[in-house]
Amino acid sequence: MPTQNAPASMYRSTEGLGIWEHKGKVAAVGIGHSPTARRWDETTDTSLGAWSILALRRAIEDAGVRPDEVDGLVMAQETSTGSPWPSDKPIPEDFLNTYKSTDNPLDGIARLSADWILMNMPELTNVNFTMYGPGCMSNAVVTAAQAVGEGLTEVCLVLKGWHNFGGRYYVGQGAAGGNTVTGPGKYSTLWGTVACYTTAMQFEAYCRKYGKNHDMMAPFVVNEKRNGLMFPEGFWAQHRPEVLTVEDYLAARWIAKPANLFDNDIPIMASAAYLFTTPERAKDMKQKPVYILNVASDRTRVRSFGPTLEEAEAATDETGRKIYEGSGLSPSDLSFENMYDGFTLFHQFHLEGIRFAGVQRGEALDFYATDITIEGPNPASPSGGNAGAGRTRFWMHTDSIQQIQGRAGARQISKPAEIGVSGGPTPTGGNFTVWSSTPG
Amino acid sequence: MPKQSPVPDEVDKPFWDAANEDRLVVQNCIDCDRLQHPPVAKCPDCDPGTNLEWKEMSGRGRVYGYGVMYDCPVTILAEDQPFNIAVVELEEDPGIKMLSHLPGTPVDDVPVGAAVEVVFEVTPTTGQKVPEWRVVG
Repeated sequence: MPTQNAPASMYRSTEGLGIWEHKGKVAAVGIGHSPTARRWDETTDTSLGAWSILALRRAIEDAGVRPDEVDGLVMAQETSTGSPWPSDKPIPEDFLNTYKSTDNPLDGIARLSADWILMNMPELTNVNFTMYGPGCMSNAVVTAAQAVGEGLTEVCLVLKGWHNFGGRYYVGQGAAGGNTVTGPGKYSTLWGTVACYTTAMQFEAYCRKYGKNHDMMAPFVVNEKRNGLMFPEGFWAQHRPEVLTVEDYLAARWIAKPANLFDNDIPIMASAAYLFTTPERAKDMKQKPVYILNVASDRTRVRSFGPTLEEAEAATDETGRKIYEGSGLSPSDLSFENMYDGFTLFHQFHLEGIRFAGVQRGEALDFYATDITIEGPNPASPSGGNAGAGRTRFWMHTDSIQQIQGRAGARQISKPAEIGVSGGPTPTGGNFTVWSSTPG
Repeated sequence: MPKQSPVPDEVDKPFWDAANEDRLVVQNCIDCDRLQHPPVAKCPDCDPGTNLEWKEMSGRGRVYGYGVMYDCPVTILAEDQPFNIAVVELEEDPGIKMLSHLPGTPVDDVPVGAAVEVVFEVTPTTGQKVPEWRVVG
C-alpha cells in the first residue's frame, strides 16, 4: 500500500483535548543534517535525494542505533515552495544511473517519496511503518511524535528535504510570466502579490493597531542573523558569514512594503533528519533524549482573502492555548522559544500567541528592544530561524533538540535549557512541538 | 494598470460574467445564509454545501489595509512598480475581502478605512473585466 498522508485524527487541532496522552512518552535522540547550497549544481552527490539519505544516515549514527533497528519513516514528499524542474529538461543521467527510480522521474530531484528513500537505503531492512507529514518538518515532527506515541513505530526517522534550482522563485515563472491567470491566482496574484505580501499587509495593520513601526523589527532580525551565523549546519554560516547590522536592515530595499529584503528568507537546498523513539529505547542510545510534552496543530480556515491581522491573532492565541493545555505548562516554564520566522514580520504573532516571557498582544516589538539574545534571560529564536540559516523551516526544531541536549555549541543559551517550543510555519496553519529535558 | 486576464472556470464563471456586465456578485450559501469569496464549488461550512447562489453586491466597501509592491513576480505588472495592493472589505459583509490596486490613489498614500466603490477594468489579453476599487469622497 502506498504511503499515506497522516490522517486528521493524528493531529491535535482543537482545544479541549486535555493533556496529550503521550506526554513524555516520545523522545528525540538523533539529529542529522546535510550540507547546504544555494542551488543544485546538478551533480548526483549534491542532489536532494543524496543529501536526504546523508541526513538520515547521520541521524541514525548520531543516535547510535543500527539501521536495522529503525522501523518507521515519517517525511514530507514536497521539497519546494516554488522551484519547479523544467518540464523539458532531462534528469541528469548520472543521477538515474546512481539511484533506483520510482515511477516518478522527479523522485530524489524535486520531490521525495518514502519508496524512493527505502529503495535507495537498503540498510533500512525493518521499516514497516511509513507516513507523510505533508509540507514541512513541523508537520512531520508532530506526525512522528504521534505515531511513536500510538505505538505505530518505536524507532522512527523523521525527514524533510528541500531542493532549489536556478531562477528566481515564482518571478516571471509559470503563471506569473503569462498574460492570463487561472486557479486561485485569479483572486490574488492577478494583482501582483508576492509571497510576503499577505504578511506585509498584516504587519502594516499590526503597526497601525498598536502604534509600532517597521524599524522596531531591527533588533529581532539582527539577532536572528547573529544566531544563524552560530549555526554551523546553516546556509549563511557555511557560505556567506555576513554580519547584519541595524543600519543594513533599515537600508534594505522593499519587497512588499513594509516587508524588506531581510524580512524574507533565502531559498536553499538542505535536508535534515531526526530519530524519534520511546523513552525506554532511548536509554540505550548515544544522545540524551529530549522528551516531547505536547504536539498541537492549527488548521485555521480564513474567511476570504487573507489571513487578516485579526485572523492571525486569533489563530496564534488558540495555538498558544493548545500548547499549554496539552503540555500542562504555562509561559513561565519556557526556557526559550523557536517559533517560525519566515517571514520575520509574523514572528510576533507566534511569540505573543504563546505569551513568551509574558509578552502580551502588541508588545513584541518593544520586547525585541530588550535582551533577547542567547546570553539573556529570554532567548528569542536561538536557532536564528529561516532568516538566520536559510529557508528550510527546520532549524527551529534542530535547535530546540540541541539546546536541551546541551549540543547547541556557540548558540547554547546561557540559562538552563529545560523546556522549549518550536513550530510553524504560518500563524494560521502549522504544527507545534513542546520539548523538554524531562518527561514532565 | 494592465493586468493578467483571468480565465473563468465552471465554478466562478458567474462572477466573471457579471464583471463583464459591470456587476459585482458574490457567492452565497443559502443554507448557511453566508457570503463566500473567492468562489468555491462547495460551501466549506455545511454539508452537502451545494445550495449556492449568486448575490449582487452594492459595489461599496472600505479599505481594510494595504502593502506596496516593489518586487512583483508577475511580469505584466513589473513596469508599474511600485504600486499599491489594498485589501477592500465589502459593505454587505466586511468578512468578504478583495484586492485592489486602488487606481487614482498615490503610491503608499492609502487612506485605510476610506470608502471605496467598485469599477470594472478591462484586461488586455482577453478583454475580461476585473473588479477594481476607487476611493470615494
